[in-house]
Amino acid sequence: MSFVYLDNAATSFPKPPQVVEAIAHFLTHIGANAGRSGHRLSIEAGRIVYQTREALAELFHISDPLRIVFGHNVTEMLNLVLTGFLRPGDHVITSSMEHNSVMRPLRALEREGVEVSVIPCSPEGLLEPAEIEKAIRPNTRLIVLNHASNVTGTILPVKEAGEIAHRHGIFLLVDAAQTAGVYPIDVEADKIDFLAFTGHKGLLGPTGTGGLYIGPRVPLEELRPLKRGGTGSRSELEEQPDFLPDKYESGTQNAAGLAGLEAGVRFVLERGVEEIRSHELELTARILEGLSSIKGVKVYGPSDLSLRVGIVSFNVEGMEPSEVALRLDEEFGIMCRPGLHCAPSAHRTIGTFPKGTVRFAPGIFNTAEEVEKAVEAVRKIARR
Amino acid sequence: MEYGVVVFYSTSWALKAEKVAKEGGFEVKLIPTPRQISSDCGTALRFRWEDREALLALLESKGVRIEGVHKI
Repeated sequence: MSFVYLDNAATSFPKPPQVVEAIAHFLTHIGANAGRSGHRLSIEAGRIVYQTREALAELFHISDPLRIVFGHNVTEMLNLVLTGFLRPGDHVITSSMEHNSVMRPLRALEREGVEVSVIPCSPEGLLEPAEIEKAIRPNTRLIVLNHASNVTGTILPVKEAGEIAHRHGIFLLVDAAQTAGVYPIDVEADKIDFLAFTGHKGLLGPTGTGGLYIGPRVPLEELRPLKRGGTGSRSELEEQPDFLPDKYESGTQNAAGLAGLEAGVRFVLERGVEEIRSHELELTARILEGLSSIKGVKVYGPSDLSLRVGIVSFNVEGMEPSEVALRLDEEFGIMCRPGLHCAPSAHRTIGTFPKGTVRFAPGIFNTAEEVEKAVEAVRKIARR
Repeated sequence: MEYGVVVFYSTSWALKAEKVAKEGGFEVKLIPTPRQISSDCGTALRFRWEDREALLALLESKGVRIEGVHKI
């Protein structure tokens, strides 16, 4: 049986060969600890980490690559901002389409005295920007928004949110887990103060890589680090350095992973985000059209393709999502993700809680033939 | 040839300085920080001493934070 991987929203697969080669090259020929020792291999490792910052800066239109700090995934970066920037008495605004990577830290902060407003989205996952502005209070500090839902692929209006945040002197944190690499992001034009991203999805890097852009409006003295420790800088001090990126980068970096991430981002830059997006939308359109034509299949999310990334959630009448996914895998070799996708609030919004949905998430390496095969498999499953 | 080194608070800044300097046409090299110079960052940017003023002006204009400059 040939396999079809349609779980790119969980992690992209396969990776470009350049990514694998870059990691192997690092581990074979460089291997040293970046930013620590000053010998040639340590410098070379540091250079690779720096080049990764540069590639990401180019992709997201960031003028200073040192405003990017690295971590292990987008969850860690979201936690950094939410727990490091919000204090008891502060108010934060978010949407009902958020992933638990935002909801869980916010619910924990709520118990400590942070006020949380969750703006309801439409059943398609759409957010009305005016509702954000209406929710602003005198103590509002931050707006945190999913750039695109991992459940429905719905794109949220971050540019409008950025304008609102600037107008009110507050800050915008964007969770770009599902958009980095597959949808254009310009931190300056979109007025994004914090951009949290993961390396292993649309950026085509390995797992264990992620990052956060911290914009110039952010007062660093008010953003506590998530962890403190060795940075290879200011070792004479027992206090954490106060400058970027070291303040937020304690402990040895995943330099091998970042070497792979650089190669992934270079691949995206060469191919072009617009081209990647148009390929994924073409596949998404085929999936939407195909699934919508099957009796007993319900598809979620907006019908307007321009409001989506390459993610399609659906259900087959009378069947549990897990059962559909198991049969897709066992009988047809099609890999996807069923259930709640770590986003109970999003499923409540679209009316699929607690059952969840089946999710197809095509990527840059999927073909029209593969997604047609997946649609036909659903057709057969729905018929029986 | 007389050389100097620029030292930094962090290797990340040294790497940025190297990039900026090379793009500006300067002959520079990242080296381990000479022991007699009190800096923690293990990496320093060596440059030709005659380029000192032009290089420092360039680094400043590009927003590269430096810890100090020493003749070696």
